[in-house]
Amino acid sequence: MSAVQETVAQVRAIDVDQYKYGFVTDIESEKAPKGLSEDTVRYISAQKNEPEWMLEWRLDAYRRWLTMPEPTWARVSYPKIDFQDYYYFARPKAAPKSIDEIDPEILKTYEKLGIPLRERDALLGIESADKPRVAVDAVFDSVSVATTFKAELAKAGVIFCSISEAIREHPELVRKYLGSVVPVSDNFYATLNTAVFSDGSFVYVPPGVRCPMELSTYFRINEKNTGQFERTLIIADEGSYVSYLEGCTAPQRDENQLHAAVVELVALKDAEIKYSTVQNWYPGDKDGKGGIYNFVTKRGDCRGDNSKISWTQVETGSAITWKYPSCILRGDNSRGEFYSIAISNGHQQVDSGTKMIHLGKNTSSRIISKGISAGRSNNTYRGLVSAHKKAAGARNFTNCDSLLIGDTCGAHTVPYMEAKNASAVFEHEATTSKISEDQLFYCLQRGLSQEEAVALIVNGFVRDVLQQLPMEFAVEAQKLIAVSLEGSVG
Amino acid sequence: MNAEPKMTSRPTRTPAEQALADMLSAAPVSEAGRLGELRRAAAAAFVENGLPHRRVEEWHYTDLRALLRTVPARRAATSTPGEAVSFPNAIRVTLANGEVGPLPAELPQGVSLLTLADAIASDHPLLQRLGAAAPALYDAPLALNTALLGAGLVLHVAAGVKVARPIQVAQLFGGEAASVFTRLLVVVEEGASLSLIESFEGDGAAYLDDTVSELFIGDGAALDHVRLQAEGAAAIHLGTLVADLGRDARYDAFVLTLGAALSRLTVHGRFGGTGGHLGVRGASLLSDKRHADVTLFVDHAVAGCESRELFKTVLADSARGVFQGKIIVRPDAQKTDGRMMSQALLLSDDAEMDNKPELEIFADDVQCGHGATAGALDGKMLFYLMSRGLPREEAEMLLIQAFAGEAVEFVADLAVREVLTAHMTRWLEERHR
Amino acid sequence: MLDIRNLHARIGDNEIIKGLDLTVPAGEVHAIMGPNGSGKSTLSYVLSGKEDYEVTEGSVTFNGQDLLALSASQRAAAGVFLAFQYPVEVPGVANMTFLRAALNAQRRTRGEEEISTPDFLRLVKQKAPALGISQDMLRRGVNVGFSGGEKKRNEILQMALLEPKLCILDEADSGLDIDALKVVAEGVNALRSPERSMLVITHYQRLLDHIVPDVIHVMHKGRIVRTGGKELALELEETGYAAYGADAA
Repeated sequence: MSAVQETVAQVRAIDVDQYKYGFVTDIESEKAPKGLSEDTVRYISAQKNEPEWMLEWRLDAYRRWLTMPEPTWARVSYPKIDFQDYYYFARPKAAPKSIDEIDPEILKTYEKLGIPLRERDALLGIESADKPRVAVDAVFDSVSVATTFKAELAKAGVIFCSISEAIREHPELVRKYLGSVVPVSDNFYATLNTAVFSDGSFVYVPPGVRCPMELSTYFRINEKNTGQFERTLIIADEGSYVSYLEGCTAPQRDENQLHAAVVELVALKDAEIKYSTVQNWYPGDKDGKGGIYNFVTKRGDCRGDNSKISWTQVETGSAITWKYPSCILRGDNSRGEFYSIAISNGHQQVDSGTKMIHLGKNTSSRIISKGISAGRSNNTYRGLVSAHKKAAGARNFTNCDSLLIGDTCGAHTVPYMEAKNASAVFEHEATTSKISEDQLFYCLQRGLSQEEAVALIVNGFVRDVLQQLPMEFAVEAQKLIAVSLEGSVG
Repeated sequence: MNAEPKMTSRPTRTPAEQALADMLSAAPVSEAGRLGELRRAAAAAFVENGLPHRRVEEWHYTDLRALLRTVPARRAATSTPGEAVSFPNAIRVTLANGEVGPLPAELPQGVSLLTLADAIASDHPLLQRLGAAAPALYDAPLALNTALLGAGLVLHVAAGVKVARPIQVAQLFGGEAASVFTRLLVVVEEGASLSLIESFEGDGAAYLDDTVSELFIGDGAALDHVRLQAEGAAAIHLGTLVADLGRDARYDAFVLTLGAALSRLTVHGRFGGTGGHLGVRGASLLSDKRHADVTLFVDHAVAGCESRELFKTVLADSARGVFQGKIIVRPDAQKTDGRMMSQALLLSDDAEMDNKPELEIFADDVQCGHGATAGALDGKMLFYLMSRGLPREEAEMLLIQAFAGEAVEFVADLAVREVLTAHMTRWLEERHR
Repeated sequence: MLDIRNLHARIGDNEIIKGLDLTVPAGEVHAIMGPNGSGKSTLSYVLSGKEDYEVTEGSVTFNGQDLLALSASQRAAAGVFLAFQYPVEVPGVANMTFLRAALNAQRRTRGEEEISTPDFLRLVKQKAPALGISQDMLRRGVNVGFSGGEKKRNEILQMALLEPKLCILDEADSGLDIDALKVVAEGVNALRSPERSMLVITHYQRLLDHIVPDVIHVMHKGRIVRTGGKELALELEETGYAAYGADAA
């Protein structure tokens, strides 16, 4: 059997049940009644002591959502979702007031995930490993349970808190920016999110401030049959900079869990936002049973001149991924970037990509997408690059490469390029190939094991994107890639 | 990637859809048998689905429902159009407004040519091929063409026959605007080879030309195909090319698009046996408000085939170019080698280019790639040429010619290539006048 | 021949040439040396008429003509030739086709008759071998797939065919090994004549061992800061440009 065939056989035999984050935390939780109605929306809003304007905004979204059909254009297939069969709000029963009141079970969960919530733990971590400090906002099911390093961030003027808190404490900022990038009726899942979002993170970086540490949110779905609908809003005011990391896991369940997040980024004049994601939701078992349905709307608005938004994602989890982190390049000379590694295995279905909408003059964008398909999965890159009439001097470079491991998976590329300006320059290239027999043999001949060889080659294939991740994330991502292709790269 | 719903109920008919539906009811299908069934099914499909719009993915950038406002009636030719473009050494058959002119008195050994009407009347066995390789997916121009079948030609090359002279099917349109539906069925049998030229030219009338060419290239056979679309400025050109390749067959096509107010060419290439080679190249030179769409589907259904696509689009004034290309590699099509490239040159800020090159791949041992670029003339090249003494216009022309020339180069027959180059040069000169 | 007075030029908001004066009489070879970023290449582009550069002040007279009033192609026809530091690749335009188009365009602009095909072929055949330009290079797209040395030789071939009055050589030695440099220098030296002036722009002294100039100018921050004989090159080789406030070469 040739080396490649052997690899393929191993990948085929892979047991996706080995998902290492698939434990359940045993804590009591409070849930909204199952199903979705105006009452659910009111219940969520009331639970969070929201002001009237917020409730009205949610109800408006809910009513619009009722009239919207589910999108069907993506290359993903799944049984019809019964939106009445989910819980739209769940939170640990004892609502924490401070970090010391957090249920020790939750703390243990995050420790298992490697997320030190207690600042002193985090601080210990720094001293021993000389790692940069990371402020973490942890979201457990629907509720933000703890945010670290708040005091220190406040000194720099950076606001980093849960979105619920922001709605109460910083209503002027929230009202000004929430929904300004992803409008209420943007799409089916974003509108659903607007109606029922439970929590998420809020970041505001004041003018001229370089956020002193990486900010991070860790999402965890724990409850059964629970939808998680988080909402994140990040505003980088003029001349500021922030780097934000997002990680996600969920326990193993037979049923599909629903996740529909909305992330809005606003970069004002000369500001820069770097947003990195490592998505590792439960992908379902080897027969395609269970797993997270991940329908995410992420969009950044380069609202000011010379602003920059950069998305980096490592997508290895979820049964279904439907996600297109995008940039609206409104300000002159603004820049958008999208770096993506999407790995699919087992029965996973990925339809992901980006949109780069060039509106301002001399705007530029760069897209590097690496898709790896194995098992019986399907992996689609879908992207739009458009330059509008007034976007003189717009520039885009796109490179999307796909790697296939085995002959039972699919890799697809669907780019849309719309140039409405003569001075716009678009360049797009895409390739699809398999791991080369020659490369593999070369590695084996030099003494590497089969699995090491594949890991090496895959890591080489995604290197351009890994380089974009913050250091400590890159290491984690590299391990995750290996785990995702377990069986071939163990 | 618009989050818009699929239409669950059919919208009301546009005037154009109504006119086409009326056309179908005015020409009820009487014949029995396979052909009759094919036609009835096509008519029913149109009545059911109507014209495609932007939410139909394959027509996203050419919303036929919105763009096709009126449809002229089908009528007999009112005047004889002028002379068709001549290709050196070619044997020519002319269709004037769809009406087949005199067939050549002498044809090379092994070549037979008959009108579609005669073929239908005599229930010719070759008609078994008609529609046989057509895509399953509903496509309005193809369905209409099938439903209104009648005008056209059937060309057959016997096994092993290498036809030395090119055969040109020249279509001319003129006089009172009409809707014309023509079909060309070409069968190149095992081991045979043919060079086929199709040309489409017309006057200023707002006629509609819905034309389908079905090409069957047998095992080890070869077909070189040149298609010159130089329709009148107000015309609607809806073209469909279906190429079905046998084992070790070769198909090389070059399509030059210059004319029509609205033009759409859909190409379906399908490999039926291993070792096939398909090359589809083209250049579109568009000025004024022309809208020209080239959409390709290359279906690697079997292993070990090779496909090459190269398209060059030059856009002046408010012209709009569309290129969509989809390479499909099915699960068993290992060792597929597919390359697709679309490049556009925008000469005006009012021009628009929409590119959508797609890969859909289900086999792992493949080498597939696509690329797309859009942009203005390269300033560095322009300066280089000017610094050597070429005036701006001349330098621009040279660069545009070189840009489009990279595709024309693939036309193997030098005499044919020269005629095409002359058409391109004329377009460039007219632009500067 | 060439007379530059108080020239100021900029690209965008960035002024690069800041009051430059330079006179090159007929038949002389002048070298312009200077550190990176001194504006040497900009000067070559401004003289040859690249549109990105804006002349804000000053004058350039070429054989009594206002050079700045002419387009790039008119300047070429008037006899200004720029040998590029990095000659651009022009795919699809055969080298031969291009050479002939350029020669004829210049002749037309000057009101001369176009060269006939046989005469042109004869001319190329006569000039190409000395520069090591093969038939294959003449058939290929302009500079497409040429090595660094081949590109430079192709520039000199064009110079030989077009017979300009003023040759501007922008870093003619960059990317060349010593053998390739000799071929290029011999090609250039063969074109030296009492009617032809040359402006040799270079960072290093090395090139000037092979193309020996009559006068050397040192350019810094957009101006000529020193002028001397060929011995100036050796001095600069010793001391570098540090004396002019730049990092050592």
